[in-house]
Amino acid sequence: MTLAQWMPFIVLVPMITSGLVALLPGRNLPWLMTFLAATASTGLSLWVLFGIDAEPLRYAFGNWPPPIGIEYRVDAANAWVAFIVSGIAMAALLWGRVSVHQEIPERQNIFYALFLLALAGLLGITLTGDAFNVFVFLEISSLSTYALIAFGHDRRGLLAAFRYLIMGTIGATFILIGIGFLYMMTGTLNMADLAERIPAVADTNAVRAGFAFIIVGLGLKLALLPLHLWLPNAYAFAPNVITVFLAGTATKVALYVMLRFIYTVFGGDYSFGAVPLATLLMILAIAGMVVGSWVAMFEPNLKRLLAYSSVAQVGYLVLGVSLVSLIGLTATFVHLFNHALMKAALFMALGTVMYRTGSARIEAFYGVGRQMPWTMTAFALAGLSLIGVPTTAGFISKWYLILAAMEAGLAWLVVLILITSFMAVYYIWRVIEAAWFKPAQTDAQGATKVFREAPLALLIPLWIMVALNFYFGLETSLSLGAAEQAAQALLGAFK
Amino acid sequence: MMDVVLSYFNYWVVILLMMIGFYGVIAHGNMDKKLMALGLFQTSVFILFISAGKVIGGATPVIRDGVSVFSNPLPHVLILTAIVVGVATTAVGLALAVRINEAYGTIEDDLIGDPSHEPEEP
Repeated sequence: MTLAQWMPFIVLVPMITSGLVALLPGRNLPWLMTFLAATASTGLSLWVLFGIDAEPLRYAFGNWPPPIGIEYRVDAANAWVAFIVSGIAMAALLWGRVSVHQEIPERQNIFYALFLLALAGLLGITLTGDAFNVFVFLEISSLSTYALIAFGHDRRGLLAAFRYLIMGTIGATFILIGIGFLYMMTGTLNMADLAERIPAVADTNAVRAGFAFIIVGLGLKLALLPLHLWLPNAYAFAPNVITVFLAGTATKVALYVMLRFIYTVFGGDYSFGAVPLATLLMILAIAGMVVGSWVAMFEPNLKRLLAYSSVAQVGYLVLGVSLVSLIGLTATFVHLFNHALMKAALFMALGTVMYRTGSARIEAFYGVGRQMPWTMTAFALAGLSLIGVPTTAGFISKWYLILAAMEAGLAWLVVLILITSFMAVYYIWRVIEAAWFKPAQTDAQGATKVFREAPLALLIPLWIMVALNFYFGLETSLSLGAAEQAAQALLGAFK
Repeated sequence: MMDVVLSYFNYWVVILLMMIGFYGVIAHGNMDKKLMALGLFQTSVFILFISAGKVIGGATPVIRDGVSVFSNPLPHVLILTAIVVGVATTAVGLALAVRINEAYGTIEDDLIGDPSHEPEEP
């Protein structure tokens, strides 16, 4: 079998395994199968990432040649995103086994089956070359995500899931309307075919409306301010392993689809020429960066704090897009990876503390730094990466974003990036201060609460993630190389 | 004027249903009513797709003698998938509403308020 024939298995392995996992008894067996499936996807996507050259890999399902059949079409951009998604899923699972035992004592097989469905959905969105298929996979991943968010014992997770369901469905339906308009005007759903036929009908209101519906729908999935309202509660009240997984993957995939529609389907000239999209995205990105960081500075619930920080990070990602240059897009693609690394590490550290203390409120972290030094040191180091201190992965992203802003001649944007980075210093410092400089919590009798250090099963994966944050801050050939290729693949699509 | 109204009749219905559904999702505090409105919103999009598949004078898309113009069957197939997605969404939404009712004793959004302001459970 050739690489192009192996490539669909990135999606098929988690999808088929999820049915199997639902039938497995006990607690460790479902976890093991899930982990193996995620590892297989990661391995395959890494292979695809390295094996890819100038021509995209193509696979026609059922041997129906496109545009009649559904086609998977993988270039450097999808391969990179697929690797990030499956890699983060693998890391989240490695960390999550013990955490899930505590948070979801029963029906773990269903939980892991849903996890795999969500993963298969996200990977499917990434690899497919068919616009309607994007919608179907989007709904597969969204529906399983709603259920996963509500899976924990926290009843607020139910409300967060319901509100996410309402907003997510509106977003997905908007995308469906947009795809419908495009289909009416061109009579095709294949992305490459759409790209060929759209120029002939580009100057019609139907295509413009379709474009607007798709961008707004994806903006909702991407949590681009002001469409971010579902995100903080969904992240805050989901089981910790799901927060780690979603923070690194869900919004990234939505951004990738947006880029795919902007550059491949509509073409960059149309997207940024017919509509003032660059200006619009830049305004929303800056608003997201500032508002997200501002709210995070005062948020008492630390999971919500990091969730609002994610809203700010989505701002950075979109800012790279809005600069409409190769280096800006490279910054976006490298930040996709680096943000997944740092947020996964931070949420893992929070989840590790919560494993002992059971609460994400900042008061629950008082004195924890002295009682769980390994966990909180990991949090502090991952926090440095979020801030963008040199030698961390976060620095690389910010550096490229600043280079892109300088190239566009927008010095004030550099100042703004630095200001929001200082806001990140403040909200990370709040956690450090609570953990090391506040007296430890006392119980009702006035005795100091003592928390033991977390088990190694949580600490080892956490420290691996922290180490990766530093590794990819120093050795950037893989992340930057892949990001550059991804950006070139997208930009090349309309040249 | 009448021509415009009548020849785009399906699309007027689509827009009307879409707006009723969208308004309902935003305006209603009751979660069941929100889901009903969401269903209406989605259904309007189904009609949009189906309407686009109709070819004037086209027969049902089955090859037989003496018929050369067919309606487009593809939108129907797409919408079959979208209907399944819609049913699944409603099912998950209703299941969540049942669980919310068990946990909070109500499914009125206004009575529950913002979950982030809720005190920590012990």
